[in-house]
Amino acid sequence: MLRFAPILTIVLMIGPVSAGLIGTVLPAFGILPALGGTTPSLDPWQALFAQPGLGASIRLSFVNGLIATAISVAIVMLFCAAWQGTRIFRAMQRVLSPILSVPHATAAFGLAFLIAPSGWIVRLVAQFAGWDRPPDIAIIHDPWGMALIAGLVAKEIPFLFLMTLSALPQADTDRTAQVTATLGYGKTAGWFKATLPRVYPQIRLPVLAVLAYSTSVVDVAIILAPTTPAPLAVRILGWLSDPDLGLRFMASSAAVLQLLIVIAAMVVWIAGERIIGALGHHWAEDGHRFRKDSAVRGASALLALVAAGAVVLGLVVLLVWSVAGFWAFPDLLPRGFSLRLWARELDAIGSSLTTTLLIGIPAVLVAVTLVLGCLENEVRTGKAAGRRAMLLIYLPLLVPQISFMFGLQVFFTLLGLERTLLSVVLGHLVFVAPYVFLSLSEPFRALDPRYGQTALCLGASPARTFWLVRLPLLTRAVLTAAAVGLAVTVGQYLPTLLIGAGRFATVTTEAVALASGGDRRMIGIYGLLQMVLPFVGFALALLLPAVLFRNRRGMGAQNKG
Amino acid sequence: MRSRMRTFVSALALATGIAATSLSTPAFADPAPDVGNWQSVLDQARGQTVYWHAWGGEPRINDYIAWAGEQVRERYGVEVVQVKLTDTADAVTRVLSEKTAGVDDGGAVDMIWINGENFAAMKRNDLLFGPWAEQTPNFAYVDVEGKPTVVNDFTVPTDGLEAPWGMAQVSFYYDTAKLDEVPKSAQELLEWLVKHPGRFTYPQPPNYMGSTFLKQILTELVEDPSVLQQPADETDAQATLAPLWGYLEDLQPLLWRDGQAYPQNGASMRTLLADNEVDIAFSFSSGEVSSAIEAFELPDTVRSYVFENGTLGNTNFVAIPYNASAKAGAVVLADFLMSPEAQLRKQDPQYWGADTVLAMDKLPKDMQEAFANLDLGIASLAPSERGTVLPEPHPSWMSLVETEWQKRYGVVQ
Amino acid sequence: MPETLKNGLELRDVRVRLDGRELLAVDLTIAPGEIVTLMGPSGSGKSSLLGHICGTLPDTFDVTGEVVLNGTPLVGLTPQERHVGILFQDDLLFPHLSVGGNLAFALPSHIKGRENRRARVEAALSSAEMDGFYDRDPATLSGGQRARVALMRVLLSEPCALLLDEPFSKLDSGLRSQIRSFVFDLCRKNSLPTLMVTHDPEDGEAAGGRVIKID
Repeated sequence: MLRFAPILTIVLMIGPVSAGLIGTVLPAFGILPALGGTTPSLDPWQALFAQPGLGASIRLSFVNGLIATAISVAIVMLFCAAWQGTRIFRAMQRVLSPILSVPHATAAFGLAFLIAPSGWIVRLVAQFAGWDRPPDIAIIHDPWGMALIAGLVAKEIPFLFLMTLSALPQADTDRTAQVTATLGYGKTAGWFKATLPRVYPQIRLPVLAVLAYSTSVVDVAIILAPTTPAPLAVRILGWLSDPDLGLRFMASSAAVLQLLIVIAAMVVWIAGERIIGALGHHWAEDGHRFRKDSAVRGASALLALVAAGAVVLGLVVLLVWSVAGFWAFPDLLPRGFSLRLWARELDAIGSSLTTTLLIGIPAVLVAVTLVLGCLENEVRTGKAAGRRAMLLIYLPLLVPQISFMFGLQVFFTLLGLERTLLSVVLGHLVFVAPYVFLSLSEPFRALDPRYGQTALCLGASPARTFWLVRLPLLTRAVLTAAAVGLAVTVGQYLPTLLIGAGRFATVTTEAVALASGGDRRMIGIYGLLQMVLPFVGFALALLLPAVLFRNRRGMGAQNKG
Repeated sequence: MRSRMRTFVSALALATGIAATSLSTPAFADPAPDVGNWQSVLDQARGQTVYWHAWGGEPRINDYIAWAGEQVRERYGVEVVQVKLTDTADAVTRVLSEKTAGVDDGGAVDMIWINGENFAAMKRNDLLFGPWAEQTPNFAYVDVEGKPTVVNDFTVPTDGLEAPWGMAQVSFYYDTAKLDEVPKSAQELLEWLVKHPGRFTYPQPPNYMGSTFLKQILTELVEDPSVLQQPADETDAQATLAPLWGYLEDLQPLLWRDGQAYPQNGASMRTLLADNEVDIAFSFSSGEVSSAIEAFELPDTVRSYVFENGTLGNTNFVAIPYNASAKAGAVVLADFLMSPEAQLRKQDPQYWGADTVLAMDKLPKDMQEAFANLDLGIASLAPSERGTVLPEPHPSWMSLVETEWQKRYGVVQ
Repeated sequence: MPETLKNGLELRDVRVRLDGRELLAVDLTIAPGEIVTLMGPSGSGKSSLLGHICGTLPDTFDVTGEVVLNGTPLVGLTPQERHVGILFQDDLLFPHLSVGGNLAFALPSHIKGRENRRARVEAALSSAEMDGFYDRDPATLSGGQRARVALMRVLLSEPCALLLDEPFSKLDSGLRSQIRSFVFDLCRKNSLPTLMVTHDPEDGEAAGGRVIKID
């Protein structure tokens, strides 16, 4: 029965994505009977290309997405190179989980308030400069999209860091670092020349997922990106929400275009990898030691600190907003405080938290079960060949949500499954499973196979070996993967809204609805509420193994992932 | 171990199956209520659950909706669930998807808070149930004569397909502690901006509020306002719109951020005022401004005002999709929303602060007094302060204006 | 396994190939209680041979020939059915189980009853001079203690043959001879045909059996 785990997983991933894509591609070529579109035509495309500023929108999505990803990868790699194995590294690991629990939009809101011309940092300056009005400069919504890049980078760094952490153990980094050091290389250069080539292939998929997200992001773009014009994905959302229903056709063709942009960005990225790889070979062999790398190391620490600090400080600021009375420019703190809004929201939060868990827990459980099934199946059949097929599991991460969610809504409605808990859980599963797989596959595959072999040779059946040996050894990895999955499901908006047809009010759907009211207090309250569940998940992932295995020192080393 | 695994998996499958079937909404046919026979409507409505899709960005409105739900549950046995939307169009999309999938009954949306272009689109595409609104008991109190927009939604006749819920009128607001003088016409606004560049902006069209600002300016500048009440004729339209573009040419460089960035909705604009980034903002309801002050979003020195020659006013409605699962329940709810009691509470800035659609002289004496004695809130405009209410143009004008604006100013080179 | 049927571990013309290249070829029979040492440099396919015998070798390797244990061909049998025990360089004690837990894991299921099983484990610990270690955390044991527990664990699973994959190379040299004699004595006492793979000639000498060199 375990044989079917890979197939089932792949079907559950590809099925909805394909169905959704069909539901988008057909209207893109004029076919949507409910609106009178029955013959194929290229009119939607003509309408699309007649849109003003389309080139600018495409450029924003494409270029800024690539830049944001490149910067994130660079900072993560630099930081690992410069500080791996040190106390700072371990400190960063600990800050990681809370930051991962922060939803993208919340982090973006916090950052927006920090850096806006009427924001906290400028207020600090205004105290000394004596300004009573904010300067009229575009920091947020700046024409080059740099605020957008900043917002993306701030949240992508922790995610890529997490992925890199799980890839490091297999690359034998400690010993490699020793070797390069004894050969005279500076710490950073040694890491880049010797360890990076081994680590990077393991994180290629998460990097591509980050790239796909950056080039098609909607919520962060609405908060930080330029508005004249906005990036393509934001405009698509606008077209899909336009009362003029005829725009749906053009919106669908734009969604197909968005998919093409994502694919193009990936092609460019992979080409870039090849080029850097080739250049890197020359560089690796040229003998330069870069012994004096303290400046670089300092810079990397600073950058990582700034990125983490931006998120954390943004959160603090949102926390202050959530209890704030009226808070004018240039006050550094609100004039008054009030817990009234918290009191009101906490009353109502019970039901939305319950709904969130009602969807999230099954989604995470099923995802973890499927992923463990696939990975265990790999071990039992001894085949690494299935790994190519496993790449299909990542499809939902690489196809922009906006390109297939609306089609998926129609698909579920056709099946009569709309508004059921089952379909919402399935809709969430599509996004949760790939992240769980990303998070769990390295630690699982990295587990010393000899443990399993020993168990088998001691006479234990494969099932016994799995439940009593492999699984306990992977406790922390499984709990972390579950926490990642929980964070993903809590943060889902479009699937809950569209497939659930509004029947399921989760913390995130409430948060997004309230965010449209613009009140930073509500945004602060709900941003923090959105963090509660993932934070608990990550805390459990840290604490449970510590408690379960408190008398087992050997488990600490084992559970590095 | 193996058999235990199998049992576990089968149990899981069984549980999932049970959960799926028990939690899925049965799509039974919901016969159209006979609105002429009110008692039959009440009988049919009892026990139904109405999923009311309404914008959920303002907690005070959400609270009001919850109150209305409680009342309707107690009096008529109808359950109300608010589906909080970010944008009304989400509900329209949902109904459209259902129509695409052939779901002509038992749909997910029972009622939508709607007006303007969204209504026009749904009406045009036969997505609405009705007519029903004008046959409900409380419709008798509606001020059809004094407020023509209650049956003409942006010049599109409602035909009883939607029931009026609240009145909206464009009003401007500012912080009296920072400004003494405020512009009271389009021309004055331009002159004011020359003296205070960068201290005003409007939400980016095609956002509802931004388009309304453009329409407001257009209504003031156009030679013959009655032209706007007719559908736009492509050939003559450009001539009619010319004054607007001339005005904007002067206005745009003086805007906040030099017109390179815009707030995306009315709420963001309010935040800009609160952050002291702009000095003047506008909204559809002065009561909303009072509410904002109560909620600490604005300082208590903010006050509202209208332009000298009047500002645009319109009505917002609730409508029922053609495939709703709880049509009778929705009708009963809509009727309650038009009741004097519900309208009174709505106008009270303690709860919401939006203007009523009812005619005072049609109400019983005690209700008239209650309305008269209502404390409207510090930033709200009393009825006498409202000035002239200008009618909204035909939706086709809005589309033209939006498209042209996006071409000229939607992309900054 | 009835005494009469015991005739040891037979490797009949077993050849290990990888990517077409033949790594090693053996043809030998190991009698019960005999310890055969296979010596050769790294990469010569020694560990692969052991993996093949206990059934855990991935199918990227191409191995021909027959392996027969006490008259039963092992082909087609899963590792857990083969009754072939293996000891690696690392003790691979399960870190999440106590010492006693590790040993109990290996105890076959036909030994029933908690007290009965516990008694068996305690007996094994006694014979290794480790009384009272049942509830200890394996990580707190010394290298020598871990090696002994690892061996006891394998023996408790009632194997019919034993494979040793460089089992002493990670031990301190002082400890090595002690553990060696411990292991070899138990192999002989339990009449287990034992195949040891190593690159340390001293191991082969201490085993006292045939030493086969692979180039």
